[in-house]
Amino acid sequence: MKKFRSMTYPYIIWIAVMIVIPMILIVFYAFTVEGNSVASIKFSFANFIRFFTDVIFLEVLLKSLYIAVVTTVVCVLLGYPIAYVIARLPSRQNMILILLITMPTWINMLVRTYAWMGLLQDGGVFSSILSVFGLGDVQILHTDFAVILGMVYNFIPFMILQIHTSLAKMDSSLLDAANDLGADGAKSFLKVTLPLSVPGIVSGITLVFLPAVSSFFIPKLLGGGQYVLVGNIIENQFLTAGDWNFGSAISLIMAVVIMISMFLTKKVDVKASSNGED
Amino acid sequence: MEKKKSIPSKIILVLTLLFFYLPIAYIILFSFNDSRSLTKFSGFSLQWYEKMFSDSTMMSAVLYTIIIAVIATAVSTIVGIITAIGLSKSRRIVRNMVEQINNLPVLNPDIVTGIGLLMLFSAFAINKGFMTMLLAHIMFCIPYVMLSVTPKLRSLDPNITDAAMDLGATPFQALYKVIVPQIKPGIVSGALIAFTMSFDDFIISYFVTGNGVQNISILVYTMSKRVNPSINALSTLVIVIITVALGIVNLVPIIREKKKRK
Repeated sequence: MKKFRSMTYPYIIWIAVMIVIPMILIVFYAFTVEGNSVASIKFSFANFIRFFTDVIFLEVLLKSLYIAVVTTVVCVLLGYPIAYVIARLPSRQNMILILLITMPTWINMLVRTYAWMGLLQDGGVFSSILSVFGLGDVQILHTDFAVILGMVYNFIPFMILQIHTSLAKMDSSLLDAANDLGADGAKSFLKVTLPLSVPGIVSGITLVFLPAVSSFFIPKLLGGGQYVLVGNIIENQFLTAGDWNFGSAISLIMAVVIMISMFLTKKVDVKASSNGED
Repeated sequence: MEKKKSIPSKIILVLTLLFFYLPIAYIILFSFNDSRSLTKFSGFSLQWYEKMFSDSTMMSAVLYTIIIAVIATAVSTIVGIITAIGLSKSRRIVRNMVEQINNLPVLNPDIVTGIGLLMLFSAFAINKGFMTMLLAHIMFCIPYVMLSVTPKLRSLDPNITDAAMDLGATPFQALYKVIVPQIKPGIVSGALIAFTMSFDDFIISYFVTGNGVQNISILVYTMSKRVNPSINALSTLVIVIITVALGIVNLVPIIREKKKRK
């Protein structure tokens, strides 16, 4: 047994270096200011003060949250009916459709986002469709709509798959019981199906919200160069401005925002499932 | 749950598939366009493929992507298997600790993992380039291998390994001849996930690369600022490679099943 156990030692050292140290570095940089020769390390909150006293940064944070929340809501509203319809299909078609929905997620996100750039361009497929309705002059690319569309496109499969899993696990005899007890379709959906699928919705929300808040290439490709979300600021601080301390502080703020949102979502989950048990 | 398809649900399914596959179809179609336009298809041509294959930046990006994906898959599969087996025999505290730390890159946004690695490499004064990208890919691939191998290990009978060793097998032989063959399906799916994760990665690669080393995603990102239909050809190549890889993995078990039945 000892011999087998020792097989894990190299990996433990590996994750200490490759996962734990980077996390420590982010926290360290966030709470220090530039000039990090070991002799002159100075702990300070300057980076955080700079972020929270600057209206521009706060606006960007709010905008990122707004885009991520809208994306998540759209993913739930569109993803739920899709998952519901698929879950009711015979098992063979069910399997094929799930495979068809999983397939695109395996293809490079960047490639798929780039495709939307072409589709949404002026004179592109989308605007030709709109011009049929007399809306030819509407600009789509480089708007909030384009960014949200790109995010929904990239992240909705996660939502569909999570909701589908929770619906597929459901015991269908519960629905029969509800019907026998006099519930009509709408009522048994609201009282039985929906509460039982809440855990799926919640894990779907987690999987959509997290990448949506931190995304930086979707806003850049579909929102245009002037479109800035939190992810773009972080990218900029690290790769252009070179202010790693400020960049680390922003990523830490983003991580905290994400944790708070996750905590709130989980709370809703517990509440909803305990309601379902009444 | 099985009911006949109603018309609204049919419409939902058709629209869903259209939404998912329209952009992919669009990319493939316009990679054969004979003009520069990204909005009007004027005729069939292979010129963008010719341009792609003669463009050395594009070809080196394809090469880097494949080399890194292959090495990262091989290394992370081997390390992942060894670690997962070792963990299955370890104390619970160790197991939980490793699982928790493994989860960090999954729970963190990729951008955070990316900047963390960027700062790590510069703290150790490692020049950014091929090596740093490879190390980063190995780092994020291993947890996926472990995730797909560990459940298979749990369902193994621990006595079989002991029996093999009682019968004179060295621990290495027991590992290689007894444990590995039984967890093969988990290994295959873990390796596939690792390969596609590495092949498709953009965010982490983008932060840890340097020295002109670009993978396909980074290239698409930097080139997409200007109209360049060769990107469509490159994207089509990516779509084909991933679809073939997925096809093989999904079809092989089905074909094997059929042969067994015969």
